[in-house]
Amino acid sequence: MNKVIYADNAATTAMSDKAIGAMLPYLKEVYGNPSSLYSAGQVAKEALEEARAKIAKYLNAEPREIYFTSGGSEADNQALRSLALNGERKGKKHIISTAFEHHAVLHVLKKLEKEGFEVTYLDVHENGLVTAEQVEKAIRPDTAFVTVMYANNEVGTIQPVREIGEVCKRFNVPFHTDAVQAVGHIPVDVKADNIDLLSLSAHKFHGPKGVGALYCRRGIPLVTLIEGGAQESGRRAGTENVGGIVSMSVALGEACENMSANTEKLIKLRDKLIDGLTKIPHSKLNGDRNARLPSNVNISFEGVEGESLILDLNQRGICVSSGSACTTASLEPSHVLLALGLPHEVAHGSLRLSLSEYNTEEEIDYILGEVPKVIEIWRERSPFWEDLTTGKRKHFI
Amino acid sequence: MALYSEKVMDHFTNPRNVGKIEDADGIGEVGNAKCGDIMKIYLKIENDIITDVKFNTFGCGSAIASSSMATELIKGKPVSEALELTNKAVAEALDGLPAHKMHCSVLAEEAIRAAVKDYYDKNGIAYDESQFPEPHNEEEEHDFAEEE
Repeated sequence: MNKVIYADNAATTAMSDKAIGAMLPYLKEVYGNPSSLYSAGQVAKEALEEARAKIAKYLNAEPREIYFTSGGSEADNQALRSLALNGERKGKKHIISTAFEHHAVLHVLKKLEKEGFEVTYLDVHENGLVTAEQVEKAIRPDTAFVTVMYANNEVGTIQPVREIGEVCKRFNVPFHTDAVQAVGHIPVDVKADNIDLLSLSAHKFHGPKGVGALYCRRGIPLVTLIEGGAQESGRRAGTENVGGIVSMSVALGEACENMSANTEKLIKLRDKLIDGLTKIPHSKLNGDRNARLPSNVNISFEGVEGESLILDLNQRGICVSSGSACTTASLEPSHVLLALGLPHEVAHGSLRLSLSEYNTEEEIDYILGEVPKVIEIWRERSPFWEDLTTGKRKHFI
Repeated sequence: MALYSEKVMDHFTNPRNVGKIEDADGIGEVGNAKCGDIMKIYLKIENDIITDVKFNTFGCGSAIASSSMATELIKGKPVSEALELTNKAVAEALDGLPAHKMHCSVLAEEAIRAAVKDYYDKNGIAYDESQFPEPHNEEEEHDFAEEE
């Protein structure tokens, strides 16, 4: 097989043809500034508002509750900064979250801690799931807000968002969810799910990079991160990325309209991968098997190191990612895998394969043929594996 | 620019001297699993010359390449020369390593030194202790890195 097999769709996705096509007119003919009053500007403005309405529709929100951002990270930052300030004004400086949030949430929380907030990080257990009961127990009179991700980006576990939102609603605590991995992949309904604020990113569902949105329920004040013009109801300055935003709305429409067909296909491919790869001795699926994104596979292989697996698989035309420390500058393995209770040495040997509907069964078969070979080669060369097989060290898996 | 040089990728893809020497004269093992890298070097020494060298490494691409290059650099050399091998020389021979991967070349230097020390100890050869400083405590370094 000569072509590249892309199995890292949780990192980013290929744009769909429709999403690319939708963007082009706004890069060529319709280049007007939506704030301009002549026709070229107003046409762009109309396209922008159509996109807003479309995105709102797919989330079951109102168009005016959608704020366009540069992506998921900005949406997370704006949501958390806003909720922190709103809480602080009422003397509430306690936050509830989880230990395995995306860094766009975690790093804001760390900063807020330095600014005098107290954060309760809920245990995500071995299966990568929190419960609504945990949230309820953690709520205090001074809780400013709750932020729990919809689906985890590394292990793919889907949190009981609706139940968590219900608890928050009952206690009148605002609830934000980072839904970057969920929107366009599994049903998300801000009303039914009791969500007050939600972050999403276009490039996770075959849309363009550099575009995202923040849903903020009417009545919840937002702070501005970027000062300037009056775009986005004065909550986010800067001339809008019209082509990107239109393209995002088209990609989301496509993803939502095809969701059930995609899900059916993906679950089949995912389960084939999980069943095949966990046949490798001393391997383990990370994250709950059932409450899991249709696209996500995350497996630890004992005795090997993730980066060498990625580099080797890359040479075989397979693109995946790892929870290994060596893929980052920090030298620490994935905080998500550590939060699930994996020892450092096992977290280093983890692979994440995240699929999209563009993957084929033939590709899955090729992956299932190559990964066991790669694991065997690197175990053969690993003194850590030698220690495990000779009994000098105990197996964890 | 790619993360790794072509030379690193060459030594990663086709590692030289990978394996074990069953009747090795000296074995050195450094690093730890918790930090994601363990390097084990086997030496065969005759008349003070390193006649054969093999390695086994658990680690990332640069750890594999550093082990491979380090074994190439000391093969056929007198033991005294192997002791002079620096991590910088290993990294340079690989056309450089990314800054946060330099510790991999340090491991290679330390693994070789540990293997020579093992050879000296096994054969009752006297040596100056100062030639063999304690290997870096990686965990401490990692804690530091995490703080940043």
